[in-house]
Amino acid sequence: MASNGIRDKVAIVGMGCTKFGERWDCGSDDLLIDASQEAIASAGVAIDDIDAFWLGTLGAGNSGLTLSRPLKLDYRPVTRVENFCATGSEALRNACYAVASGAYDLAMAIGVEKLKDSGYSGLTGIHQVGDGTRDSLTSPATFSFLAPSYSHKYGVDAEEMKEVMTRIAWKNHYNGARNPRAQFRKEVSLETISRSPRVAGELGVFDCSGVSDGSAAAIVCRAEDAHRYTDAPLYVKGLSFVAGPAAGPIDPDYDYTTFEEVVRSAEDAYRQAGVTNPRAQLAMAEVHDCFTPTELILMEDLGFAERGTAWKEVLAGTFDITGELPVNPDGGLKSFGHPIGASGLRMMFECWLQLRRQAPGDRQIKSVTEGGRTLGLTHNLGGGPGECVSFVGVVGSEPSA
Amino acid sequence: MTSGIGSWGVYLPYWRLEREAIAQALGGPGGRGSRTVASYDEDTTTMGVEAARLAVRPGGSVPEQLLFSTPSPAYQDKTNATTIHAALGLPQRVGAYDLVGSVRSGVISLTAAIRAATTAPTLAVISEIRTGLAGGTDERDSGDGAVAFSCVPDGAVAELISTASASEEFLDRWRVPGESESHQWEERFGETAYVPLAQSAFSDALKAADLSVEDIDHLVVTGLHTRAVRAVTPSLGVDATRLAPDRSVVLGNLGAAQLGVSLADVLERATPGQVVVVLQLADGADALVWRTTDELAAEQDRRRGSHLATVAEQLTSGRCDLPYAAFLTWRDQLHREPPRRPEPTRPGAPNMLRSEGWKYAFTASCCLACGFRHLPPARVCLRCKAVDQMEPERLAEVGGTVATFTIDYLAFSLGPPTVGVVVDFDGGGRYRCELTDFDPGDVAIGTRVQMTFRRFYTAEGMHNYFWKARTSAQEAKGGAAGSEINEEV
Repeated sequence: MASNGIRDKVAIVGMGCTKFGERWDCGSDDLLIDASQEAIASAGVAIDDIDAFWLGTLGAGNSGLTLSRPLKLDYRPVTRVENFCATGSEALRNACYAVASGAYDLAMAIGVEKLKDSGYSGLTGIHQVGDGTRDSLTSPATFSFLAPSYSHKYGVDAEEMKEVMTRIAWKNHYNGARNPRAQFRKEVSLETISRSPRVAGELGVFDCSGVSDGSAAAIVCRAEDAHRYTDAPLYVKGLSFVAGPAAGPIDPDYDYTTFEEVVRSAEDAYRQAGVTNPRAQLAMAEVHDCFTPTELILMEDLGFAERGTAWKEVLAGTFDITGELPVNPDGGLKSFGHPIGASGLRMMFECWLQLRRQAPGDRQIKSVTEGGRTLGLTHNLGGGPGECVSFVGVVGSEPSA
Repeated sequence: MTSGIGSWGVYLPYWRLEREAIAQALGGPGGRGSRTVASYDEDTTTMGVEAARLAVRPGGSVPEQLLFSTPSPAYQDKTNATTIHAALGLPQRVGAYDLVGSVRSGVISLTAAIRAATTAPTLAVISEIRTGLAGGTDERDSGDGAVAFSCVPDGAVAELISTASASEEFLDRWRVPGESESHQWEERFGETAYVPLAQSAFSDALKAADLSVEDIDHLVVTGLHTRAVRAVTPSLGVDATRLAPDRSVVLGNLGAAQLGVSLADVLERATPGQVVVVLQLADGADALVWRTTDELAAEQDRRRGSHLATVAEQLTSGRCDLPYAAFLTWRDQLHREPPRRPEPTRPGAPNMLRSEGWKYAFTASCCLACGFRHLPPARVCLRCKAVDQMEPERLAEVGGTVATFTIDYLAFSLGPPTVGVVVDFDGGGRYRCELTDFDPGDVAIGTRVQMTFRRFYTAEGMHNYFWKARTSAQEAKGGAAGSEINEEV
């Protein structure tokens, strides 16, 4: 895959993130105002200092007016982007490229979603007129194909597999319980998780991410200007995004134990960032744990574990907040919640806190403070197994030597 | 050369409601046996498609006309036969017409098809979904099902020798459009009206065929007025051993489809050179006299070779444990709390026309450059990226194997839970779809499935049809009721 990357050419100099959850108190306008205000405050700039905006949302509104109207922007370019669950990351990627190109000095990427105002629990989807031939399977159902396939391929029995899934949910709830901005702030016992009512296949309620409202924002500039705004910028090391041919559902060779899109975007992002051993080099990873088996498979697709071994690593605590490579130290989609357009930027917000050693003491990861690691990864996927888009980003607190 | 029936197909839905289940819910005497029940995702059109698929011989002649009859059409104004036409993947030149609204219309689709078949093969399809108010005899004694006859100019297995009719205007059973149940006048009145009409049609038909009652090898008398049927039958002078067996204890009275299903049942057991008389009581009477030909034995052999289940064999298939509450829900007689999910939205008419081959005929595309099969059909090949080098390939009659599956407890369904299966088709190609007519314990990786045409939902007055998978072997489920009843019949 041909990409040149923009390693160390762009820096994140300010970020904001609202509390996620059932925000009956806020409309999407309020969430956008709150996230953008926190971001400009953290960069020490005024809203009119931002030259261009990228707004990511799946369904909170159409066009740049969704942002320019509530923020009363002074006739600035606002690009609305949508790329399923990778929407927030896509807004960031495009803002970074705009700054890297020299077209703008200062840009904002902001994502928002207001899922709870629909009157329905769960995702309701955006309707497009079709021929009526799609099956009615829900998102949890399409992701529930993963666990039995993984079990079958690697000889993990069903009970062990359930234990692995439960461990992932338990970990993310443990982390989220320590995060004031997370939707679910309670630790949940292994027993409660494993006995939760079935939603689809082996997935119980506690294997699914939270449906949530929220917004997050980042301000980016060229790397050489970063110290004008902050003493501790985050440097963009690699940004990769791929959309696959949606081969999985129609290709008999697909076995539901990997996301090829993730493999490809990870390879590309690592190459851009100069990462050769992600498990050893990354301080942390924020990954798209929409359902617990997804996180399991991502550990292998992102190169954190050898094929067929991630389940053992999960049980061994490798990806715990105190583990060798903390994954979703902020609680992940599982307990931070998943407002589609905001999630990618929320992940980046955790890198912003952790890599700059500004996370609260009970959540600050030691891979940074003691291990001296400086790189963080964010990952989103949108769609379903075998038919998705995938984003992988790598950022770091130090410019390369 | 005389036109006649070339082949037939009988579709009886998977679900059976035991009459005892009604009694348990509502009280009162139980009654023996069961009735057939169209599933929540079936209607008279989809069942017609299933019967027609069974009647069209693989590699046999393409019907040049399709006649569809049902008292309960899925649509009015819009022709339902065109849906069946599309689902069978018939050529555009084939005319497709409805003869719908009354029970009696079933017989004319068959006789008209036989007459039309003197010039070109014609397909007659008769379908029925019948119920009544909760606790009533129509609910208890009716049944759902469909039958189709492929009528051919020559090589028929049964030729129509003569017909006779008797018509009279009297109100025995009627239903105003929009009503879900029919009304009936006092039973004894109908009996009085029907008996002489039936006797007259019967004797006229025999006279026209130059036959006497002793020549009859098989006699079928059908009608929703069972009291009149019971009164007429012995009065005709046909030996009781020549009477076709009554399957209604297990299947229920299939209304408009009863005549066809009974005829098919006879053809599955008859021998060449026999005389079969079919007499239907509906707003008068119609008698049809058939003679089986030497071709019948070969057709029976072919059907055995293709593992096509006979009507007798179908008596013990399907599941008998349908809860009465589910039955009421499916027939819209029980007003249930809707799911807290958005209503399904109707598909677009232009979208459906553009994908007609896929949506209705389950036609995939096969890459001419590398042979990769695409479901749904694609213009660009997934494997070799060749553009517009595709050949359409209908996979509706191709079996498949479950590669993986899941149970979706969240998706709304009138027959929960929804089961999603990933199907690998014989000869290549994969598709993910819903499974229907299953026992959850029977679904596993490796389960054999076949495709079935179903109504997914109705939104804004528009029915949305497409295909689902069903398990191939539909053996008796839900207790021994089926086999017990079979012995009694």
